[in-house]
Amino acid sequence: MNTLVYTFHFYLFGLIAIASALAFVTRKSPVAAALWLVNTMFCLSALFVMLDAQFIGAVQVLVYAGAIMVVFLFVVMLLNLGQASDVTDIRGLGGRLTAGLVGLAMLAELFALSRLHFPRLVGAMSDHANIVNPVSAPLFQEYLLPFEVTSVVLLVAVVGAVVLAKRGDNVS
Amino acid sequence: MLQDLAAVDTHALAATAARYVGLLPLIPLAGFLVNGALSLIPAYTMGPGDPSAAGHDHDGAAAARAHAVDHAEQSGATGDDHHAVARHPYAAVASVVGPLVLVLSFALAVAIWLAMASAGEMRTPYVQRFFDWMVTGDLKIAWAFQVDQLSMIMVLVITGVGMLIHIFSIGYMGDDPGYPRFFAYLNLFVAFMLVLVLGASYPVVFVGWEGVGLCSYLLIGFWFSDKANAYAGKKAFIVNRIGDVGFLLGMFLLFANVGTLDFTGVAASASSLGYDSALVTTICLFFFLGCVGKSAQLPLYVWLPDAMAGPTPVSALIHAATMVTAGVYLIARSGFLFAMSPTACITVAVVGTLTALFAATIGLKQWDIKKVLAYSTISQLGYMFMGVGAGAYAAGMFHLVTHAFFKALLFLGSGSVIFAMHRAYHHTGSHEDAQDMRNMGGLRKYMPITFVLMWIATLSIAGVPPFSGFFSKDGILGAVFARAQHGALADATWLGMPGSAVLYVLYVLGLVTAFLTAIYMTRLMLYTFHGPNRTGEAEQAHLAEAPWSMTGPLVVLGVLSAAGGWLDLPAALPLGPVGVLEKWLDPVVGAATAAVAGSAGEAVTSTEYFLIGAAVVIAILGIVVAVARLKPALLVPKRDALPSHGFEHVLEEKYYVDEIYDDAIVRPLVSGSRNVLWTGIDRGIIDSLLVNGSAVLARGFGWIGSQLQSGETGAYAWAIAIGALAVLGAFTFR
Amino acid sequence: MISEALFFSAVLFTIGVVGVLTRRNAIIIFMCVELMLNAVNLSFIALSRLHGSANGQVFVLFVMTIAAAEAAVGLAIIISIFRHHKSVDLRNINLLKG
Repeated sequence: MNTLVYTFHFYLFGLIAIASALAFVTRKSPVAAALWLVNTMFCLSALFVMLDAQFIGAVQVLVYAGAIMVVFLFVVMLLNLGQASDVTDIRGLGGRLTAGLVGLAMLAELFALSRLHFPRLVGAMSDHANIVNPVSAPLFQEYLLPFEVTSVVLLVAVVGAVVLAKRGDNVS
Repeated sequence: MLQDLAAVDTHALAATAARYVGLLPLIPLAGFLVNGALSLIPAYTMGPGDPSAAGHDHDGAAAARAHAVDHAEQSGATGDDHHAVARHPYAAVASVVGPLVLVLSFALAVAIWLAMASAGEMRTPYVQRFFDWMVTGDLKIAWAFQVDQLSMIMVLVITGVGMLIHIFSIGYMGDDPGYPRFFAYLNLFVAFMLVLVLGASYPVVFVGWEGVGLCSYLLIGFWFSDKANAYAGKKAFIVNRIGDVGFLLGMFLLFANVGTLDFTGVAASASSLGYDSALVTTICLFFFLGCVGKSAQLPLYVWLPDAMAGPTPVSALIHAATMVTAGVYLIARSGFLFAMSPTACITVAVVGTLTALFAATIGLKQWDIKKVLAYSTISQLGYMFMGVGAGAYAAGMFHLVTHAFFKALLFLGSGSVIFAMHRAYHHTGSHEDAQDMRNMGGLRKYMPITFVLMWIATLSIAGVPPFSGFFSKDGILGAVFARAQHGALADATWLGMPGSAVLYVLYVLGLVTAFLTAIYMTRLMLYTFHGPNRTGEAEQAHLAEAPWSMTGPLVVLGVLSAAGGWLDLPAALPLGPVGVLEKWLDPVVGAATAAVAGSAGEAVTSTEYFLIGAAVVIAILGIVVAVARLKPALLVPKRDALPSHGFEHVLEEKYYVDEIYDDAIVRPLVSGSRNVLWTGIDRGIIDSLLVNGSAVLARGFGWIGSQLQSGETGAYAWAIAIGALAVLGAFTFR
Repeated sequence: MISEALFFSAVLFTIGVVGVLTRRNAIIIFMCVELMLNAVNLSFIALSRLHGSANGQVFVLFVMTIAAAEAAVGLAIIISIFRHHKSVDLRNINLLKG
């Protein structure tokens, strides 16, 4: 792949992701915010692919953008929260300034950390053609137990969600 | 260590009775355990008609208790020998066990002594190691006993005199409810005293030193239900602690500079300290401070008169014959150190002499018979220190031995008198002071045996030939005079004064003290046994000699007091074998004596006869003056007595030393402790600031924390964010 | 490209944090948390690329699974709260006080 084109696209998707995220945070309407977040996730998916994690990129689109965000939108619509609420749901100027300061400080620290502790060396991915194998092999061998536990967690989450959200006499 | 063992194996005493030396303190300790177990059984239960107490003459148990309490309030601080009358159910067992262990110890001591005598002259001590006691770094202290001529003398005195006093106690304490407890303490005391004199190193000696202090405290406060007795015990304990600090500092300095604390080791390397160096003087003076406390010398003597609050056998055993002489023993034992410091030697002699004079003057005007003897003891201890200070270790030890005889006799005799007086007052239900000489008088009629024996002891302590005290006191005075003429002490300077002049002054003061001793002892005898009886009409019918279990030991001590002088006859008076004790002690203290005395031997000269003559004349003069000036017939009983005036009153009040100490030391210390340390530092700073302050601080943080728990989810989000920021910061700026 | 990816990740994470701190709508806050998780995923992928190992990708899978479970439960809770308060405003959710 042409390096310049690659770099250009990498920056492009990264900046779009950040711009979308900013838009997501600043939208008053939950539906608009959710859609901007979906946009961010698509961009991230592109970045994943460019970082040789094609399988994860696909799963990102399928699971996050496809499933989780759809659930969010369902809930927004179910609760009829589509319009920006009358009461502002964003904090006042003082809160926003403080939050901005905290964010800037955190950003600065994260930069400092990443410069301090990570080498500039880039290792080569073994095989571009083989996409799923590098992920699945450790998942089903080395991380088999966490994998199984995660499935149990999912099951519990499903049951819990049903119990919590079910409108009925048994749940107060 | 291997060499030590080899030396022990080849020692002349290795296969003799001396190998059982470890048993010596263990036998009385066993007696302590048995009697201590018995003492846990109370003498009477709290209830009327208890069979164990109702059997005693006409008093029921309740009446006996009431009487005891009543009596204690009446007699107040006089240290009277009052006690509740209730015989202990197991008194018979204690009567057997208590004295029996002493008999066994004495037998063993005699066996060891015979072995030593038959082994011929023994130049090195027999040291028996039992186990390693403390091993840390360079410090290696073995639990070891040392048998040599010096410790043997002490062991024989302790077990022998102790045995007699134990037997005396059977009669004296028989009706006391704490009878087994008394024997338990007494046995424990003997055990510790034997550790003290047998210890082969300073730390082992110190164990005995502290142990006898403990027993002294327990026995002074034996009748602890009376507050004055408990205070007296406490006073003895605290004053002794001051001296013990000196002992400890001396040991520390010695270890830091010599590297060992064994007597043999220190003796071998003592010369490395340097002759008359500031270091060796400091060490000696620290040890002497310990002796000043234990042996009741100026300025720490104040506890001994108060210690008379204990039962009279205790006063005889602990506060006259044995424990208080431990200081003299320690200095004789440390002769190799003191011989290197003329300054320390003269200091010891000066303090001893001043104490002897000071206490003798107080003794002139005391009315309590035991107080007279207490000050007399202090005075005689001063003589002993004069002797060992002058480097006459054998003479000092000789006086220690004879003093043990005649002072034990005097105390037991006074105990016998008090016993009779107390019994008489008890019969009539009177609450008069059984120890005040103004209430006595004319007891010669009622107690002839005690009377005769007490006179023997009095003549002995006054220094009348041929009784033992004459020889020992003459030995000390003669030695002081000889040292003043030539030798290391005469050549030394003390506080800028020539040692020779100082010692001459000490000699004169010693003679003055001898004169005073004769006076106050004759006064005691005159007021107690001569003249008309002042006890009371009704009481006279009940005055009688004590039983034989009490007079028996007195007779033995009387014989010893009379004949004890033959232990160490001076060369000038060859009435038998000359200088037995001196020759016996020569392997232990000979080198130190020679170092102090110089090479010139003490020849028999006309000067020496003159000195002996002067001493005899002064003693007899003292007795004559006392007899001529004191009129027992003019005395009135205590309750009718008029207060004294002038210097007499100052003497009667013991120079107000207790009051001065109280105002100058005790009160400032107490008020300082109360106001500065307690109110200021403890309650102010530690309690309020640190303890309560930290509580307030914790509560403040808790309040802040509880305010943070608002329940607002948003606030929690903020807290998490700021916390994450902090954690990241910690990683970043690591 | 690794450092750029980490840069993007950090920016996105910070935006998520700022979102959580400034918004009061529970659902939006929830989505901000999802954004933060995604940012972390990006870091995982980038570092996995850096080390030439797929373990990072495996962890991204785990994160996604947990995120899904969390979304299910969280949204169910939001629905419950909404039924109770008729609102998803954070200021109404103050029952955490003991």
